[in-house]
Amino acid sequence: MRKIISNEEFKRVLGPLAAFLLIMMFNMFFTPGFFNMQIKNGHLFGSFVDIFNRGAPVMIVAIGMTLVYATGGIDLSVGSIMAISGAVAAYMIRPDYTKGVIEYGTLPPLFAVILIPLLVAGLLGLWNGILVAYLKIQPIIATLILMVAGRGIAQLITQGQIITFEYPEFQFLGSGFLLGLPVSVILVIVMLVLVNFLTRKTALGIFIESVGSNPTASFYLGINSRVIKLFSYLFCGICAGLAGLIVTADIKGADANNCGLWYELDAIASVIIGGTVWGGRFTLFGTLLGAIIIQSITTTILSRGVAPEQILVFKAIVVMAVTLVQSSNMRKMIVDSVFVANRKTDKTVNKGLN
Amino acid sequence: MLKFLEYALLIAGLLFFQTGCRQSADSDQPKDISEIVVGFAQIGAESAWRTANTESIISEAKKRNIQLKFSDAQQKQENQIKAFRSFIAQNVDVIGFSPVVESGWGPVLREAKEAGIPVILVDRAVDETDESLWVTVIGSDFILEGERAGKWLIENYQRVKRPDKRMNVVNIVELQGTVGSAPANDRYRGFRNALAGHPNFKIIKTQTGEFTRAKGKEVMEAFLKSDGKKIDVLYSHNDDMALGAIQAIEAYGQRPGKDIIIISIDAVRGAFEAMAAGKLNVTVECSPLLGPQFYDAVEALIRGETIPKRIVTDEGVFPMEVAEKELPNRKY
Repeated sequence: MRKIISNEEFKRVLGPLAAFLLIMMFNMFFTPGFFNMQIKNGHLFGSFVDIFNRGAPVMIVAIGMTLVYATGGIDLSVGSIMAISGAVAAYMIRPDYTKGVIEYGTLPPLFAVILIPLLVAGLLGLWNGILVAYLKIQPIIATLILMVAGRGIAQLITQGQIITFEYPEFQFLGSGFLLGLPVSVILVIVMLVLVNFLTRKTALGIFIESVGSNPTASFYLGINSRVIKLFSYLFCGICAGLAGLIVTADIKGADANNCGLWYELDAIASVIIGGTVWGGRFTLFGTLLGAIIIQSITTTILSRGVAPEQILVFKAIVVMAVTLVQSSNMRKMIVDSVFVANRKTDKTVNKGLN
Repeated sequence: MLKFLEYALLIAGLLFFQTGCRQSADSDQPKDISEIVVGFAQIGAESAWRTANTESIISEAKKRNIQLKFSDAQQKQENQIKAFRSFIAQNVDVIGFSPVVESGWGPVLREAKEAGIPVILVDRAVDETDESLWVTVIGSDFILEGERAGKWLIENYQRVKRPDKRMNVVNIVELQGTVGSAPANDRYRGFRNALAGHPNFKIIKTQTGEFTRAKGKEVMEAFLKSDGKKIDVLYSHNDDMALGAIQAIEAYGQRPGKDIIIISIDAVRGAFEAMAAGKLNVTVECSPLLGPQFYDAVEALIRGETIPKRIVTDEGVFPMEVAEKELPNRKY
């Protein structure tokens, strides 16, 4: 455990971990069959796997959002970038669908269907980054532009229709299984390992945190805050692009109106529930836990059959309870003595080295 | 001075139109079909459904040799009002229109009424208390669609069910549309109306899939996890959710259309493809092809007949068996 996750980070994710375990315990006692795991056609199958499988797009978006959030920014455009990336992929597979042609034409190679949408998503992220880092526009406004316009761009690409397709190799990205696990979950693991390496085994993580927590001090330390910010938005865009591909491949169709709708909110909620500080220290594990918590609420609601008109209220209550559980002040009020000893804040510098 | 002239001309024009209309109303000679001029103010092209709707209005006019002035409002009410006024100015015989929003149509509808031009609402209604402002509303009846779905299930379940499944308890799961939307509310109600008096048909789970494929798949996955092999029938408020659910059922290792009977509404092309593949049992049509009925109403008006205040679209129920034949005819 020590090797992958530092002690200090582990303490920080204790709150969300407790909240997650609470939800799981609730399900263990009150939702029959929730933990039933089966092997079907050689892969894992069950509600528990669903949480990770359905939560994967949010998790990937949230990984990117974590970095942006830690630099003191926010990216509202991730949902729209997802829609665009999915639309581009579907358009490449079936360019004439919007004109009413049912035939496919020659299928583009798989790497192009994946790389070109990611490239587009990266460019959109770069656009956000330039607005924020170089033109000094407030992040919430700068990314709002693409949030609104982006869905329109996606709709232009699909001509307002849902472009459906059959492309088994590409669908594998969304609904395939590898080594018994859903491919989307494996992608989350790959992204996590990659980002964890980049930020915790190199100085990048500290740069991001220092740019977020004190831009002036970072400047005098010789950190190029603009490049760091630009990178974080670019990376966030690519993450959103990947998530968009997963969603699109999963339903075998690019739905510009609904793909990635409200994902920005889920991603931001995941980051905050996970315990990342706005402009400051971040924790990728916490973020993933946050995303898992949000998805397990949804999956719990669906498997318990809560009435549709009560879902949002139910969700709100659970999110409130979860944030209360992991609010340090709240905990302090309840079990003061246990947590006071752990609140050391002077370990920032050591973190990159262990 | 110019302003004054404009007003004067406008008033003179309006007076002229009114007398003109009165004259035509007085004369018993009905207009010839080929002389009819129809103005149609369309919302825009926001969905495949709407595109098919537009196509139907335009092609049917060509077929009947009716002169059509078509305007696309690009989802803006101001454009639609402008189009409406230009139709009045051109003194068309009938105005057809699909209001982009429900409210704010009073003044312009009154202008049409004063000019003696009958207005036919297509697909959508307006929020006005004075019903004399329009002649009729042509469009789908969502409750009826739900009832048809339920009726088909009751009449056909015995035939399509897997032989070893029982008749005395039929467990149904339902994928609802967006919470609070008119089609979701009405399709929910209609389906239950049809099932009333058939206590063996039980709706065991109902949940919103928000009319989308992705949600339909996710919700169906959860249904399967909690109720699994107990589920006999899936009722989906639209085809997209049903298509998502089909993927979930396949991943669960059941055969959609055979182990689980699937009923949905809309009849879009994707649904016919699924039916041709044997994965969807039936889809109840919610047709955008309103052209023929619209011009039937127009012609009836010109002939001086009275037409009902509400015209429900001719809609079919398409079971799996006809899918192959019907697929090439699907325009949307």
